[in-house]
Amino acid sequence: MLQHFLDTLIADGTFAGMPRDVVYLIGMLAAGALVVFGFVLNVAGVTTFVERRVWARIQSRVGPNRVGPQGILQWLADGIKLLMKEEAIPFAADARLFKLAPYIVTVGFVAAFVAIPFSSTLIVADLNLGILYITSMTSLVVVGIMVAGWASNNKWALIGGIRAAAQIVSYEIPAALSIFTVILITGTLSMQGIIQQQGWGPWDWFIFHNPFTFVGFFITFTALLAEGNRTPFDLPEAESELVAGFVTEYSGARYLFFFLVEWGNLYVISAILVTLFLGGWQVPPIPVITDHPVGRNILEFLTFFVKSYFGVIVIMWIRATLPRTRVDQLMTASWKYLLPMAFVNFVGTALWVLVWPDGFRFAELLLTAIGFGLVVYFVSRVVHYLRRSGAKITLSPLS
Amino acid sequence: MVGALNEYLRNIWTMAATVLDGMAVTCSHFVRTPSTIQYPDRTDIRVQDTLPYRYRGILEVDLDICTGCLACERACPIDCIVIDAKKDMETRRMMLKRFDIDIAKCMYCGLCSEPCPTGSIHHTPEFEGADYSLESMVRRFVNEPVAAYKPKKVEDDPKITPILDRGMRYIDEFASPEERKRAAG
Repeated sequence: MLQHFLDTLIADGTFAGMPRDVVYLIGMLAAGALVVFGFVLNVAGVTTFVERRVWARIQSRVGPNRVGPQGILQWLADGIKLLMKEEAIPFAADARLFKLAPYIVTVGFVAAFVAIPFSSTLIVADLNLGILYITSMTSLVVVGIMVAGWASNNKWALIGGIRAAAQIVSYEIPAALSIFTVILITGTLSMQGIIQQQGWGPWDWFIFHNPFTFVGFFITFTALLAEGNRTPFDLPEAESELVAGFVTEYSGARYLFFFLVEWGNLYVISAILVTLFLGGWQVPPIPVITDHPVGRNILEFLTFFVKSYFGVIVIMWIRATLPRTRVDQLMTASWKYLLPMAFVNFVGTALWVLVWPDGFRFAELLLTAIGFGLVVYFVSRVVHYLRRSGAKITLSPLS
Repeated sequence: MVGALNEYLRNIWTMAATVLDGMAVTCSHFVRTPSTIQYPDRTDIRVQDTLPYRYRGILEVDLDICTGCLACERACPIDCIVIDAKKDMETRRMMLKRFDIDIAKCMYCGLCSEPCPTGSIHHTPEFEGADYSLESMVRRFVNEPVAAYKPKKVEDDPKITPILDRGMRYIDEFASPEERKRAAG
């Protein structure tokens, strides 16, 4: 799509005689810069603010609300503050690796945004191995974390880095297995292909396709949470244990990179889950809006964004709820529980697709009903706790 | 063998059920009113108005009912009260020329307000007295020399009566049970 756009500009004579490849290169760099600076960094920054507000309300406090209207410029203030700090490199640290680590981590994180489908046409590159590319690029983050831990010349940072490596490597396997459980159904690794095979209603989503993918959703969710170093699996950064884990020696702009990558990764995790299990950008065919391509694109983008941001808020919610696992509990959970369950799901889905290649409608509807029933039961538990405490309710997020 | 499998499955069930129940609890907290008091500008009522009656805040003197007895100056353990009171020979009235309280030195113990016969020196609920200069910490209550109050058996001046009532109510708070019984009976 970008190529077509640039071709028309070349034909118009805008780029007066520059070789074609140079024009493409400039176009790609401009598009990449637009995506990174216009979207990725802002989403990562606003996510830090949203997390602090969500976390605070769960803990009966208010969160930052002074810096702009409702505190919405807090992330900008934090970013500017970090940029103005002194960048101290420890004397005995490996300076070259120390400086390299934030770049590796950021590259791994930003590169994943290339293949995320925001709507049916808004995707930077619809790679035919999209989901494999995303899981590989998010694994590049662990290389950066290990380099950071080693180059800090600090035993606690090193422990943090090693724990991160062990954790991410061991959770990579159930995550990849569960992702390929969905690929068994779709037959394609391409992100747009996966979404196009789902529909707009929950009964068409892959989460309710068969009971094995239903369980697979939760396994994928847990494993991706561990990959993103989020509580309850945040031992590598372990705020209360290892000072700050592998980022102990980092300050200023370098710390800002690690910080942004962690919060931006939440969005990538959520986007993967929404694409694979929750129907991506599929919207119902509303006559007025979906006829016009621009309107349809906007609606699809909003659907995808709202779904993945809801996933981000669920991840923050879990962080506010659960305590941290020990290292051995972490390993136990991955190798003894998630991995066997992921294998069972894989084999189960393979058999299911063999028996019912086009999906078993009754099972889909039954699972949708069960899922809906679980949501209703959950809400009833929330109401039960509210009634039991007799507390006053404020539904408005403003303060 | 089957026991181990049962325990394994029970572990998975326990994990899922407890995590979801915990999330229900935190979700119920999410919609509750936060208990933060956003002092000082976003409170429902002024914090000074929420303090109890006996709160020992910054001292204040009602010169209308000060008798010039100097009991507070003698009682202060830190000598933060400085009073200039002299009996004027012509009018036979006590004249108050200076009444300074240094609130930076004051330790808010209440020993000065207890012996005051009319309750003119009393604590207020004010606690925001921080400032950038040490000189502003001295509160001067006398602008020009005034005559001290001469207590009467029955007060008849309508301007003084409410002030005296407040003062007497204040020192009544410090009275011991025997004194209260004596005052009532």
